[in-house]
Amino acid sequence: MQRVDLFPTHEYKGLKLRTGRPYPFGATVMGNAVNFSVYSRYATDCTLVLFHNHEPEPFVEIPFQKEFKMGNVFSMMVFDLDFENIEYGYRMDGPWNPKEGHRFDKTKILMDPYAKLIAGRDAWGVQPDWNNVYQYRARVVCDDFDWEDDLPLETPVNELVIYEMHVRNFTCGASANVHHPGTFAGIAEKIPYLKELGVNCVELMPIHEFDEFENSKPSPVDGHMLYNVWGYSNVGFFAPKAAYASTGRFGMQVDELKNLIKQLHANGIEVILDVVFNHTAEGNENGPYISYRGIDNKTYYMLTPDGYYFNFSGCGNTLNCNNPNVRDMIVESLRYWVTDYHVDGFRFDLAAILGRDQNGYPMPNPPLLESLAHDPILGKTKLIAEAWDAGGLYQVGAFPSWGRWAEWNGKYRDSIRRFLKGDEHVLADVKERIAGSADLYASQNRGIKASVNFITAHDGFTLMDLVSYNGKHNEVNGEDNRDGEDNNNSWNCGWEGECDDPGINFLRHKQIKNAISLLMTSQGIPMVLSGDEMGNTQFGNNNAYCQDNEIGWLDWTNLEKNADIYRFFQRIIKFRQAHKVLRYEYHLGHCDYRNLGYPDFSWHGVKAWHPECGYNNLTAAFMLNGRYAETDGVADDFIYVAMNMHWDMHGFELPQLPEEMAWHVFANTEMASPDDICEPGEECLLDNQQEILVGPRSIMILVGKQPKK
Amino acid sequence: MNAEVHKVGPVLDASSSKDEQQAILAILDQNKDVILDLSECTYVSSAGLRVMLYTYKVAASNGLNLYLVGVSKEVREVMSITGFEHFFKYFDTVEACQSQI
Repeated sequence: MQRVDLFPTHEYKGLKLRTGRPYPFGATVMGNAVNFSVYSRYATDCTLVLFHNHEPEPFVEIPFQKEFKMGNVFSMMVFDLDFENIEYGYRMDGPWNPKEGHRFDKTKILMDPYAKLIAGRDAWGVQPDWNNVYQYRARVVCDDFDWEDDLPLETPVNELVIYEMHVRNFTCGASANVHHPGTFAGIAEKIPYLKELGVNCVELMPIHEFDEFENSKPSPVDGHMLYNVWGYSNVGFFAPKAAYASTGRFGMQVDELKNLIKQLHANGIEVILDVVFNHTAEGNENGPYISYRGIDNKTYYMLTPDGYYFNFSGCGNTLNCNNPNVRDMIVESLRYWVTDYHVDGFRFDLAAILGRDQNGYPMPNPPLLESLAHDPILGKTKLIAEAWDAGGLYQVGAFPSWGRWAEWNGKYRDSIRRFLKGDEHVLADVKERIAGSADLYASQNRGIKASVNFITAHDGFTLMDLVSYNGKHNEVNGEDNRDGEDNNNSWNCGWEGECDDPGINFLRHKQIKNAISLLMTSQGIPMVLSGDEMGNTQFGNNNAYCQDNEIGWLDWTNLEKNADIYRFFQRIIKFRQAHKVLRYEYHLGHCDYRNLGYPDFSWHGVKAWHPECGYNNLTAAFMLNGRYAETDGVADDFIYVAMNMHWDMHGFELPQLPEEMAWHVFANTEMASPDDICEPGEECLLDNQQEILVGPRSIMILVGKQPKK
Repeated sequence: MNAEVHKVGPVLDASSSKDEQQAILAILDQNKDVILDLSECTYVSSAGLRVMLYTYKVAASNGLNLYLVGVSKEVREVMSITGFEHFFKYFDTVEACQSQI
């Protein structure tokens, strides 16, 4: 049956129109019409501006009639548009009174805040025409991708191994050897690699539309162009970055990204998006009009009493996340990425901002965070907070969670880094971190699954640089090395930067293996920084956000050069996936509460059962009792991890196993490859079942199980 | 053989998609398979891909087939990247298609 309300009632300059539907906001295809709907609390008038694709001047501007406005929403249907070949924007009229928070300017053409496809930056790095009156151009999209039987995977969060990666940097270098470098399609070509590595979740650094030319400039050091490569600066919250799609020039980025996600899912790999809801690319009062500022400044931004922009993001403005309408936009955006893109989870950049009220004060029960925790569509979606902001709010362990939110565990990173380089004052904290940070996450029913453990992330040194540089080397970023974190807890192993000394290089590789061993045997969700598995370097740059070159791009030749590191990563990831005892959801008892003969988790020193016995707080060991982690009635193995971060070798007395079992060596980072790690399940029986010698700055991982007959 | 050839123009995009779709559906209405000849088509837009997939699904739901002929390397590449490729059977020429189906 045909609808009776899809007939035009008005006409304007040859175009047929009708009162639109206020909901949903954005541009929606309805029959042979497109429904345009935009909200502004304070605008007095609105005009729809239509362009043919890429044309500098609009072909028509249609004012919204009085009868096209309901409440504070302008909505209108336009019939018979060749919608694939049009771009649309709005002119908003209203008060210009910055002190009151209003910055309406009807000379500006504004992008729809709900635009699902944005043109204007279709291919990476192609200089736009800066004289164009409309830079980021909303387009209409047909959301009818055929997912067949695909759905978000809903992998239990405690089973994830997250791989944090950047769409462009991952395959942009020639050494990636893909047909579509730097794009979603390029990632699809590397799916076999991701499977071989063993990760089951990719966390994509921002893929919402942003402008790589924002603050772009030549480097004062050597003149190469600096871009906004990372994209932590949203133009739109509903549209994928066109230039990340090899089909972006045809406006087909939506399908290309959906197809990537479908293929990743088919290979058991989840997709988490890094989303930036704390600010937009419009900057402060000196920034450009892209959308929000001109659509409804006072609604979208947190403003000071004088009408200036609060800057809790460090990027000029702060999105007014707990304004009810902005909150709705954020919820709509997240639901859209889940329903239409089948995304599995989100990592929220500077998420502490999402808990600030409209005056910037932190709230005890922020409505936005509560809505997201209880949202029906996001009910199985992973929600991960970067639980701090640039305004000094640090909420690691205290992020309002309703038992739903996980966090990037920044304390894990800091403590483990210090321990790795031989800091003698951190062991007590390291023990908390390895056991799942009960001090941070045992409350509110959060559990171990709330702790995303990481040692490296996009912010800061790569793992190779963490063991190769004492200090950051960001000169090429053009800010006299002032940008980037100063407190890196890194150690260069005896020489600053790359070197030929085999001893130093052996130690660096060993430290990398120590790091990944700790990460994969710690309770919590491990996150690996893309490239660390092949010893990728950024040459000491710990803030490579602007480096669109070999500093930021993965160098895939490292796979061969650092084959031992890659092999170690593969096997330790596989080991984690093979042992349920490493992947608890909730915190452990540290006692034998089921009377199984051993505690579920126990700490040891160089003497078994004596955690206090050690050297300068640089030696410790822990044991996991596999009987507490059964799969279909079959107990897991015992696992014992001896950590010696001291610069001398130490003997560790081993806890005695149940009679039928014996200790086997899975990994020993002191050994050169291939004797550093075995294939999981193929561990070698230990000759001496009473004691092991753990080399200087080394880790040994043992498995307690029945010896093969 | 109960198949009819339909030749697509040089561009299959939003402007031509309506007419092309009607023409293909008209063949399916006669209970015939469709051999879609794209050998002279150099550009298929998002709307064009949707015409192909939509008519394919109409065909399949009526127990009919829609075959693609002469798809250029560029168009095939776009279809692959955007997830449209695997639905279809491909032939180099109309004759090859007719002899094999």
